[in-house]
Amino acid sequence: MVRDGRRRERLRWSKLYSFSCIKPSVVLDTEAPNSLSGPGFSRLVHCNQPKAHTKKSLNYPSNYISTTKYNIITFLPKAIFEQFRRVANLYFLLTAILSLTPVAPFSAVSMIAPLAFVIGLSMAKEALEDWRRFVQDMKVNARKVGVHKGDGRFGYKHWHKIRVGNVVKVEKDHFFPADLLLLSSSYEDGICYVETMNLDGETNLKVKRSLEITLPLDEDEAFRDFTATIRCEDPNPDLYTFVGNFEYDRQVYALDPNQILLRDSKLRNTSYVYGAVIFTGHDSKVMQNATKSPSKRSRIERKMDRIIYILFTLLVLMSLLSSICFAARTDLEMPDWWYLQPENTTNLYDPSKPTTSGIFHLVTALILYGYLIPISLYVSIEVVKVLQAMFINHDLHMYDGDTGIPAEARTSNLNEELGQVHTILSDKTGTLTCNQMDFLKCSIAGVTYGLRASEVEIAAAKQMASTFPDENSINHYLLENNGGDFESAEIELDGGITFAVEKARKTMIKGFSFEDDRLMQGNWTKEPNAATILMFFRILSLCHTAIPELNKQTGGISYEAESPDEGAFLVAAREFGFEFCKRTQSSVLVRERYSLPEKPVEREFKILNLLEFSSKRKRMSVIVRDEAGQIVLLCKGADSIIFDRLSKNGRMYEDDTTKHLNEYGEAGLRTLALAYRELEESEYTTWNIEFLKAKTTIGPDREAQLERLSDWIERELILVGATAVEDKLQKGVPQCIDKLAQAGLKIWVLTGDKMETAINIGFACSLLRQGMKQICLSTTNSDLTSEDAKKALLLSLANDQAAKENILMQITNASQMVKLEKDPYAAFALIIDGKTLTVALEDDIKNQLLNLAIDCASVICCRVSPKQKALVTRLVREGTGKTTLAIGDGANDVGMIQEADIGVGISGVEGMQAVMASDFSISQFRFLERLLVVHGHWCYKRIAQMICYFFYKNIAFGLTIFYFEAYTGFSGQSIYDDWYMLLFNVVLTSLPVISLGVFEQDVSSEVCLQFPALYQQGPRNLFFDWYRIFGWMGNGLYTSIMIFFLNTNIFNDQAFRAGGQTADMAAVGTTMFTCIIWAVNVQIMLTMSHFTWIQHVFVWVSIAAWYLFLAGYGMSSPLISGNNYKILLEALGPAPVYWAVTLLVTAACNTPYLAHISFQRARNPHDHHVIQEIKYYKKDAEDQHMWRRESSKARQETKIGLTARVDAKIRQLRGKLQKKVSSLSIRTAR
Amino acid sequence: MNCIVDSDIGSSSSSGDAAVALTRKPRRPKYSKFTQQELPACKPILNPQWVISVFTLIGIVFVPIGVASLLASNGVVEIVDQYETACVPRNMTNDKVAYIQNADIDKTCTRLIKVPRDMHQPIYVYYQLDNFYQNHRRYVKSRNDAQLRNSKEANETRYCDPERTTEDGSPIVPCGLIAWSFFNDTYRFTRGDQKLTVNKKGISWKSDRDHKFGKNVYPKNFQNGTLIGGGKLNADIPLNEQEDLIVWMRIAALPIFRKLYGKIELDLKENDTILVTLKNNYNTYIFNGKKKLVLSTTSWLGGKNDFLGLAYLTVGGLCFFLAVAFTLVYMIKSRKLGDPSDLSWNRDSSGADYELFRDFTSSIDS
Repeated sequence: MVRDGRRRERLRWSKLYSFSCIKPSVVLDTEAPNSLSGPGFSRLVHCNQPKAHTKKSLNYPSNYISTTKYNIITFLPKAIFEQFRRVANLYFLLTAILSLTPVAPFSAVSMIAPLAFVIGLSMAKEALEDWRRFVQDMKVNARKVGVHKGDGRFGYKHWHKIRVGNVVKVEKDHFFPADLLLLSSSYEDGICYVETMNLDGETNLKVKRSLEITLPLDEDEAFRDFTATIRCEDPNPDLYTFVGNFEYDRQVYALDPNQILLRDSKLRNTSYVYGAVIFTGHDSKVMQNATKSPSKRSRIERKMDRIIYILFTLLVLMSLLSSICFAARTDLEMPDWWYLQPENTTNLYDPSKPTTSGIFHLVTALILYGYLIPISLYVSIEVVKVLQAMFINHDLHMYDGDTGIPAEARTSNLNEELGQVHTILSDKTGTLTCNQMDFLKCSIAGVTYGLRASEVEIAAAKQMASTFPDENSINHYLLENNGGDFESAEIELDGGITFAVEKARKTMIKGFSFEDDRLMQGNWTKEPNAATILMFFRILSLCHTAIPELNKQTGGISYEAESPDEGAFLVAAREFGFEFCKRTQSSVLVRERYSLPEKPVEREFKILNLLEFSSKRKRMSVIVRDEAGQIVLLCKGADSIIFDRLSKNGRMYEDDTTKHLNEYGEAGLRTLALAYRELEESEYTTWNIEFLKAKTTIGPDREAQLERLSDWIERELILVGATAVEDKLQKGVPQCIDKLAQAGLKIWVLTGDKMETAINIGFACSLLRQGMKQICLSTTNSDLTSEDAKKALLLSLANDQAAKENILMQITNASQMVKLEKDPYAAFALIIDGKTLTVALEDDIKNQLLNLAIDCASVICCRVSPKQKALVTRLVREGTGKTTLAIGDGANDVGMIQEADIGVGISGVEGMQAVMASDFSISQFRFLERLLVVHGHWCYKRIAQMICYFFYKNIAFGLTIFYFEAYTGFSGQSIYDDWYMLLFNVVLTSLPVISLGVFEQDVSSEVCLQFPALYQQGPRNLFFDWYRIFGWMGNGLYTSIMIFFLNTNIFNDQAFRAGGQTADMAAVGTTMFTCIIWAVNVQIMLTMSHFTWIQHVFVWVSIAAWYLFLAGYGMSSPLISGNNYKILLEALGPAPVYWAVTLLVTAACNTPYLAHISFQRARNPHDHHVIQEIKYYKKDAEDQHMWRRESSKARQETKIGLTARVDAKIRQLRGKLQKKVSSLSIRTAR
Repeated sequence: MNCIVDSDIGSSSSSGDAAVALTRKPRRPKYSKFTQQELPACKPILNPQWVISVFTLIGIVFVPIGVASLLASNGVVEIVDQYETACVPRNMTNDKVAYIQNADIDKTCTRLIKVPRDMHQPIYVYYQLDNFYQNHRRYVKSRNDAQLRNSKEANETRYCDPERTTEDGSPIVPCGLIAWSFFNDTYRFTRGDQKLTVNKKGISWKSDRDHKFGKNVYPKNFQNGTLIGGGKLNADIPLNEQEDLIVWMRIAALPIFRKLYGKIELDLKENDTILVTLKNNYNTYIFNGKKKLVLSTTSWLGGKNDFLGLAYLTVGGLCFFLAVAFTLVYMIKSRKLGDPSDLSWNRDSSGADYELFRDFTSSIDS
């Protein structure tokens, strides 16, 4: 069975292929081996002798990979070190250590306990995250692969057990476990197909080819006695180079990248390959490429650090001030304070040494006023962010039922950054599109077939329908008023599409969404141009390089094609009744069925030549001999190329086809033109002799010769028609882009695809539309370099300079054009290709490029390398200084994802690299809308408010301690009990602020989505600007003053109870603390706008906890509670003054804020205020028209997206209408 | 729509795919109102009625409390007599410190005070010290609660530096600076011939007597050293009955403080003259501290304290003012709540891209 399968696949592609990477076999043997010398080329691999690599000098690392930050031993020291890299934590550590000395104003436990709690929590989080990475690594390490175990037997081994020198057998659709030297494959000529999506994001398959000499090693048995030696370069991160020699049978052969299979790429279309392991584990190229993911911090957190520095400065100033005062008083007054026994003091209070005492006091003061720095801020933020991340992970609206993957916040420290995004840089394949092609429409003999609309048209129609619910009335109106004079074709589009929308899609055949009864079920035979249609189907079924694969379960045939387009064509041909069923070395078998009841006829076509596709040629052809003996050249390719090569009588359908191609293009479809040519036997023979000669030529002009010959035969073509394939967008992509654009986000597309494809997708996503001015930047003379390598080398310097000037000129011209544009509706799109980008990204012109790009509504970069993606991202991030978000799915997006402020990975596709490098992963692009507009918006506001409140509360508390110092001779005594201080941040005020950070919603998620303009509050940073921050700090200052001075004045010297008792320090301190608890908790209630039971519970529990604690503390042994023994129940509780002061101070502290926000809301309401009010009075339900109108207005001015497209359409219609009306009126006036 | 790349090309399944499949098992998050952030919530907004009524309410509550406080404060009769300078003999006014430190000089001093209004019993007697830093960190720490509570822990003198032990090393009870600097001026009151007894029982907190100061703890080695601080204690009376000490050991928050000395349980009439015989023992001269004797009645709010009432009236008054101000604000420039025309995109007319929309719809309507 196995051997049968093998026979079937024993194709020698090299006989068919003419170009691509396959060199004629003769070349190899004579080619001189690479000279390997010098550093960097020291690696020696003994193939099939893994034991040889246990010796010292050749003991290369194993194939075990680890991406974790810590291991069990290093975790504790490393994680602790990480924690104390935060300045605030280091400060708290110092204070904790100092608290063990008499310098400290507080007891040691009250300093150490909160710190331990905070650090412990953060470390637990680190450990959890690292554990996840470890599990991921383990999964990879535990993958299995067949390894030669000796005596020609192969057995499965875990990846991590593979050593350098092993011979492995990799099966189809499996990943290569390490960097391998390809020895042989299931194909006779040792080629194999490799998918390198994880490395460079390219989806088309690449062909690798083994050395001729190792071809016989194509069976397990053959490896019994196989030994060879590889000398090659040392591990390096360059994916596209490899230099090495292969010594076998005392001969040396040169190795090049063609023989190297890289780890994490995948074997496709090939049953199996044998390979020798060269680089393992972290030596492999892909791992060498892995950069440490940078730790990213959000804008808010960076600003928060700055605030903390400000507070530190304040702290130091306050400490200095109080130390100077202390030293002065100690020096001047303390000798008189006999009750302190100044003559018997230690250094801390020695009046004879005021400087020393002052310095000691400085340390004390730094600890004492430390409450200004919120110790629990970091940990609270961490807790809040983890909970926010939990909400993101659990959001059912971001759960993809098809793949079963929910969204995931992989790092929680960027949640609020999601609310401040300015530019989105998106990958195309796999992100915007599914990389699945659907045959949708075709144009044959000048007639367009295929009724189904592309997704973008449907989306636009829907948008139109929702904007104008009575859209038909518009059409009617237009038609009536013009008495049918109006060109109805203009409106036809909309009506037709709405029809298509309503029509439910039939059961899907993958790759085929064509719907037109004229061609299906053999009906095409009744069409007028049946012969042309037949030729069209023949081209579809013959002109390709795919291999059919029989599905044993269903009996159907699936195709393994080099590109998904080709697969779609074959599926389409099958559905039309031309089923490609078998390929042999020299022929293709097609089952043709002209009409349904007929039995299919199996026809064999001899494949004479195959001129395969390359990005330069932009076409492919096959030359076949049909059963009648007629030789035909069948060709498909880019329309521009094909149209150039048509014969005079082959241009019959050119005009119609061109029109159709334009239509397809605007609908975002990928188009190819099909043509054929009938060849005379003699003509073919002459050509073939020449061609074979060229194929076997050795030397540099081989390529050029082949090119010339193919050019010779691929001409005088007859146009048949064109195909339109939909590069299937992911679900909801156009709508999502529309919403994001309305939220004021800029969207750039960076793709490795060619320009045409990128433009198609631009149309499909509504990033481009008809009427948009496209600025294409490209290098003009790029072909020259490849044509003549030698000349290019000489000219390259001059060329570079010229190219640069050329590009600079293009940019300047374009900028000029944009600036001079007067029409407010004019939109520009910048399309730039990778080659141009290499030049344009150079330091001296990149800013001009950026300025131009910023002026353009949409930017599309095509043919960009992963590195360039990262560079473009950096350019945007650094150039604009705004938050960037990069989204992608493949390993080629990793650089971009890491470079951007936020990286989002699309999960659910095969490769995990993008997801592993990302900060957030979602399974569909459309979830980005909710992630940003809902979660981002919420998280931003939550964190911003939370941080502001934190500073407020700690300033309010910390300053009271400072004021009190002035009354104690700056001695460093705190008015509060140590326990109060300990509990303040950790227990008494932490829960409400966490509930603010986790649950606050200014408006509901639906409103966020309906009013995308609200998102702009984030990028404009309305809630964390300095004005607001200082406002909150001022509020804290005010509160502290109120609390302290009201209390001290009331408790000044008088009795505070009817029983005549005066208040001691414990009573004053406790009352003051009660006031603080009330003031800050009432404050947070005023800050919140959304109260679920959780907020209520947290706030009230915090206040209640204080009284409970006080009662409990008072009841504990007086040895613990000291002067606070029974303070609440005996001393304060029964005193009316205590309660009166609490009420007074709370009111005095909070009324100004209340007045402020009431006034703000009354005079300058924010949008969310108004919306809250609308919702509160349920006006949205009463006046739905108003609600809809406002939500459609609530968007940023944008020139991209569906809505803009619809607007443009409306403008166009209006323009026409007005012209008509005016011309009518002129006519009637006459 | 299924978007997995190439999911059904190539039917062979293998261990690698199985591993991938394992991670692919549906991980549908469970629905709950909590995780979807859809918990029912109360979303109050600051509408005018609410704002005005809150301020009015605060005013309504605060002004009466303020008035009541002021009335209570006014009802309190308070006599303050500052005596530290007056009690220094005329010949020693230039060297008060020498006077106070000279043990041979009799420190007795008499003062006459006049009762301004009727004072109803109990009349509280206080002493007030100014510029005395009981809240100094060195001072605050210098005590040991364990020792005060339990006679068995007499040796427990931690934190009591520098007043821990005598020179021979035996522990001082009560140790520490606070006790050592115990206030020791005494007062006796007579009205004409009638001796006004000062009741010193119950001037301290009951919890202090019952739980903090032991009933079998007697002063030991107290004020025996070379450096004598303040007052001495009767070594035969247990600490929990030494209420003056208990009161003294409740350290004051501010450098000006009053402490309860005792109660006179007799009514005093207006214009009564009271003769105070005091022993001016305590040295405040060295740090320029004042000493005052205070006789005061109390109200339900405690002593004479106008500040509380005034503060209440101020806050209440301001809130009334704010209520009025906001009424005016809402009346003069009234903003209809939830009026869409206040939305930012309606306010700045320049950014109305959707003019187009309105033009178009209106052109249809017409």
